[in-house]
Amino acid sequence: MSSIPADQPPARRAHPAGDDGAGGGSGGIGRRRVFNPLNVLLVLGLTAAAFLYPYYNEALQAIPLIGDFVPGVGAMVVMLVFTMMAVGLNIVVGYAGLLDLGYVAFYAAGAYMAAWFASQQFEQWRFHFGAVGISPELPGIHLSIWIVLILAGIFTTVVGILIGLPTLRLRGDYLAIVTLGFGEIIPQFVRNGDNIFGFDLTHGTFGISPIDSPGFGALGGGLLPESYQTSFERQSWFFWTALVLLLITIFCSVQLRDSRLGRAWIAIREDETAAAAMGIPLMRTKTWSYAIGAFFGGVAGAFYASFKSGAFPADFYFNISIFLLCMVILGGMGSVWGVIVGGMVLGYLNVEGLSTIGTKLNEAFFDPVFGKQIEVAKYQFGIYGAISVRMMLFRPVGLIPERRRRRELEEGVHDESLYDASSH
Amino acid sequence: MNRRRPGFVSALGLALVVLLVIWLVGNFVNSPSEFVNVLFIGLNYGAVYGLVALGYTIIYGILQLINFAHGDVFALSGLVSWTLLVSWLGITEDSAMLVTVAGILITLVVAMAFFAAVNAGIEFVAYRRLRSAPRLAALITAVGVSFIVQNVALAIYDVDFRSATGLIPRTDIFVAGGVSYQWNKLFVLLVTVPVLILLTWFVRATRQGKAMRATAQDRDAAAMMGINVNRTISISFALAGALAASAGLLYLLSFNMRYDTGFELGLIAFTAAVLGGIGNLTGALLGAFTIGLIQAFNEGLTWYTPGSDWTRSIVFGILIAILVFRPEGLLGERTPEGA
Repeated sequence: MSSIPADQPPARRAHPAGDDGAGGGSGGIGRRRVFNPLNVLLVLGLTAAAFLYPYYNEALQAIPLIGDFVPGVGAMVVMLVFTMMAVGLNIVVGYAGLLDLGYVAFYAAGAYMAAWFASQQFEQWRFHFGAVGISPELPGIHLSIWIVLILAGIFTTVVGILIGLPTLRLRGDYLAIVTLGFGEIIPQFVRNGDNIFGFDLTHGTFGISPIDSPGFGALGGGLLPESYQTSFERQSWFFWTALVLLLITIFCSVQLRDSRLGRAWIAIREDETAAAAMGIPLMRTKTWSYAIGAFFGGVAGAFYASFKSGAFPADFYFNISIFLLCMVILGGMGSVWGVIVGGMVLGYLNVEGLSTIGTKLNEAFFDPVFGKQIEVAKYQFGIYGAISVRMMLFRPVGLIPERRRRRELEEGVHDESLYDASSH
Repeated sequence: MNRRRPGFVSALGLALVVLLVIWLVGNFVNSPSEFVNVLFIGLNYGAVYGLVALGYTIIYGILQLINFAHGDVFALSGLVSWTLLVSWLGITEDSAMLVTVAGILITLVVAMAFFAAVNAGIEFVAYRRLRSAPRLAALITAVGVSFIVQNVALAIYDVDFRSATGLIPRTDIFVAGGVSYQWNKLFVLLVTVPVLILLTWFVRATRQGKAMRATAQDRDAAAMMGINVNRTISISFALAGALAASAGLLYLLSFNMRYDTGFELGLIAFTAAVLGGIGNLTGALLGAFTIGLIQAFNEGLTWYTPGSDWTRSIVFGILIAILVFRPEGLLGERTPEGA
């Protein structure tokens, strides 16, 4: 609406090779990536520390005072899965600037793929392929979870494309509403899907359980567990798998951001009209961001269903979409590292942090002072809402902003045109 | 770009409408009295949705912001009305009719005033700073505020349902050949119609209403003409809050409600606003009555009807279909947003 004052630097600069001196390659966008050895060391160190977590987790929990706040390995699995979804959502919201309020739909679709292809849901058939830890006589379709993960990703990608094609033409808040609509319809479909012309597809409100566990069967050669479920270190193996999945997601996310496609997303985010004028096919590019974001949501959903050994419709409600969005906002839209931090922090609060903090607060403060207890965890979504509002009002770039994003916000590139180009 | 709709899309839309008409006629022939009774229920849904949808459409018209928090303000207002009406004024089913009506009117006025202030306050605290920020930022803030308001309701009223459905008697006004109409249904319309007339008068005939329309058309130009834009926006939010409060009270008198009632109802009302053409006051009402009737038909009719399990899917299906096929809504004008 209002034009950019004349004394501000030009909104969209050209990007000569030397312009973005991306230290460590995290803020870079060009092909030229500068690897700062210090950063590489940091990332490697963090990864190693993360892999060893199951070994020192108990030692951390034994520390007086702060030990109570250390999450267990099982809680960590949930945190990693949600962080993976947040990184996936970041591709849609952060890179391409499309507000998706229905990401939970992909999570649900992934979880139900696992439920269909690795459980006894379809008792009328018996098909086994690479499934581990269960009797080969068991009815139902039982594929290896590794195959199911890929299938779930492909399935949600297709769902994402199908949802995206008619809706991505809409801009800004209309798109948000449509995605929200899909995020509401899919759970309801799942809930009512126990009798589709007499066919029990989703087992209704009861959900589908149990779901097979991952494992390596005979391929593991004694080193890797045959099946996680029967393994002595069940939680640790799920943890390591989740970590590997998250690392793959991060790797893909960073690679995508710096690819031709990723640069097209960012161009669309900054100025749709200009991007279209530069020859970027808007619909195709946007649909790809939606589809790829959906892929990671589906894989994460399928893995999580396998971890929980069930897919239940009560898990897929609107608040989850907002929760994931809040992770992205807290960390910084478009910033992979920020989103990881945001995801881990909020994931921790969600899994056990809030109830731990609530218990401590009740013991130390509310009980002695007011004589009553407050269930902090009950208000979790109010807290996430407050975090979103606070971030948007005072630090819209997030905790760890992406360099380029901050420049956009500071220089006013966005000024209306970012999400609201008037034509394409 | 003014996209020409492909022929098959129009054909698809037409086919859907034809199917809908066949379904309605089939139901009418199947059981006329049931059809009319359900129609009356639909009008009541429509009235409540309309009051909430107007709030969405007013704010969208002025700020181009989907005020997500609106549905939750509605729910909170209904619960606060319950406190006023049942706890403070002590109205029960045994109260004399005049006392009940007076109590409801007092509650209505107090709740409308209070939530006008609350809604204007929300705008002042949460949205005003973001007026020149990207719209995504304002939208995310609105979602955040929605959760905050919902949790305020949760903190005060916990997860229990509240209702005052017995206050207006459900006795029949008339019964004719299987068709009946009850006092509680009439009462909803008796409150809605004057509120709507007042609103129309305010927007059409007062200076402030004129300022609102001008601001909605072009905020910068309105400011240049000497209109106090900040005050106009505050007043719009106050108006929306008052409408939400009236809807909250009416809903309380007809249904059970609790802290999260507003989320789904808000989305339905928003769908209504989009269906009618967002930004258009008459459109919002038209959309609301359409959605209300569809919901009532879906839940009340018996001839090839999906049933209440699918209401939400149907409403959102309509929302998606409209946004995809006819983003300007039934009465709206084509905007760049949907092109």
